[in-house]
Amino acid sequence: QEMEDKVISPEKVEEAKLKARYPHLGQKPGGSDFLRKRLQKGQKYFDSGDYNMAKAKMKNKQLPAAAPDKTEVTGDHIPTPQDLPQRKPSLVASKLAG
Amino acid sequence: LAGFGNLMQDVLWCFSQVKGTVDIGVTEADIISTVEFNHTGELLATGDKGGRVVIFQREQESKNQPHRRGEYNVYSTFQSHEPEFDYLKSLEIEEKINKIRWLPQQNAAYFLLSTNDKTVKLWKVSERDKRPEGYNLKDEDGRLRDPSMITVLRVPVLRPMDLMVEATPRRVFANAHTYHINSISVNSDYETYMSADDLRINLWNFEITNQSFNIVDIKPANMEELTEVITAAEFHPHHCNTFVYSSSKGTIRLCDMRTSALCDRHAKFFEEPEDPSNRSFFSEIISSISDVKFSHSGRYIMTRDYLTVKVWDLNMENRPIETYQVHDYLRSKLCSLYENDCIFDKFECVWNGSDSVIMTGSYNNFFRMFDRNTKRDVTLEASRENSKPRAILKPRKVCVGGKRRKDEISVDSLDFSKKILHTAWHPSENIIAVAATNNLYIFQDKVN
Repeated sequence: QEMEDKVISPEKVEEAKLKARYPHLGQKPGGSDFLRKRLQKGQKYFDSGDYNMAKAKMKNKQLPAAAPDKTEVTGDHIPTPQDLPQRKPSLVASKLAG
Repeated sequence: LAGFGNLMQDVLWCFSQVKGTVDIGVTEADIISTVEFNHTGELLATGDKGGRVVIFQREQESKNQPHRRGEYNVYSTFQSHEPEFDYLKSLEIEEKINKIRWLPQQNAAYFLLSTNDKTVKLWKVSERDKRPEGYNLKDEDGRLRDPSMITVLRVPVLRPMDLMVEATPRRVFANAHTYHINSISVNSDYETYMSADDLRINLWNFEITNQSFNIVDIKPANMEELTEVITAAEFHPHHCNTFVYSSSKGTIRLCDMRTSALCDRHAKFFEEPEDPSNRSFFSEIISSISDVKFSHSGRYIMTRDYLTVKVWDLNMENRPIETYQVHDYLRSKLCSLYENDCIFDKFECVWNGSDSVIMTGSYNNFFRMFDRNTKRDVTLEASRENSKPRAILKPRKVCVGGKRRKDEISVDSLDFSKKILHTAWHPSENIIAVAATNNLYIFQDKVN
């Protein structure tokens, strides 16, 4: 009976590898977690409610600013509009047209 | 269609042109995100991550240069979409052009639909080669003339001018999608089109921008119960009441708009049975369909999932009639492909004009063609190394294990950052456009 198990599909070998590296990986792989992540694409973390409340609490003090090299604004720090990366359209023409 | 490749050995693909620059680091905005020929093949449109559209036009064939079988040159370029921020939902909206679809030509102007994640736009591309001269009330610079000086009435006449191609947005179809638009498809009635996002499909009339009909809604009442999303959708090429949509679970549903206003119940359901003992963590992810395309005949649909391309007969729902392995050697690399997110890459697939050959992309700038009649397949590469004019492309081969031949490449040497996700095939000729990151390659079959 043991001999039958010798031929394991490459997929199952890969699965075992993955589970060895990430033992807490969800039981339903194709399900809700993936899909919800896909649906939430583009979500940013600036919350105007938090921002305004923090501003009110601090009164006239400056809000703690993000470190200049921080690219993603998240966590305890309350972002300011200046921290959010500017979304500007490409003013440069496509190089395909060059 | 003379000389149309029914036998793979008869078709030798040659390099024709490459557009774009050779950069050491690729600017993200330059990454091509969609490629589409128009219905005659005269025009070829590309969209990129920077929200820009570039349209190429095939030049008239000249008797003096028979070898240059109509090269594609820039015809028009414009900024279609710009980045936006939805402050209410704290959502960043990318300007990336997800899809371009042409409308069939009905007058001198060309029309196309382009879409990003949230907004579809109808663009009119038209030529201006005449200009009115001799206005009565203003001089040639446009300055108003002193009315007291005008004693004679003159009527402007149209005089020829240098050709100018203008692109203007004629319609903006906005605010109809909560989720991200993945597909648009023009209906064969030429009056309506559909746009599909992860959970819903809407039907639009070209003339009406402030309303659309919702025709499919798979959003569950409780989002915790979400099990699948819509990945692609397309109208039948001839039957204006029929469309298909594919899902992340590897299934395809065909719907008939005549049966009910909301097409939540499918007319046909295409699914290949799976051996449960083969099921792994990766099964559902690699079965997710990234593209679905009707054949030109309307009799078949083709689907692309991570490792295969399948052809389905509309009359047989329980399994595909053909399955082609694109790069099965990746099955033993799924773990690392999951870790570097490549397993989520969305490859597209295309039919040739006679539905006899299908094409799709792979990694390392490889793309694959499958001849449905002869069952032969070929792997070709889009590379500047093979970019001498009319140079014949040499078939490429990936070595799976053991001894690697001189001209083969081993699986571990494949460059997974060089992915060919978007390709297009001329509607009637053997001319293909292949998007390789920020470069557009055009290949043609050998002219004898």
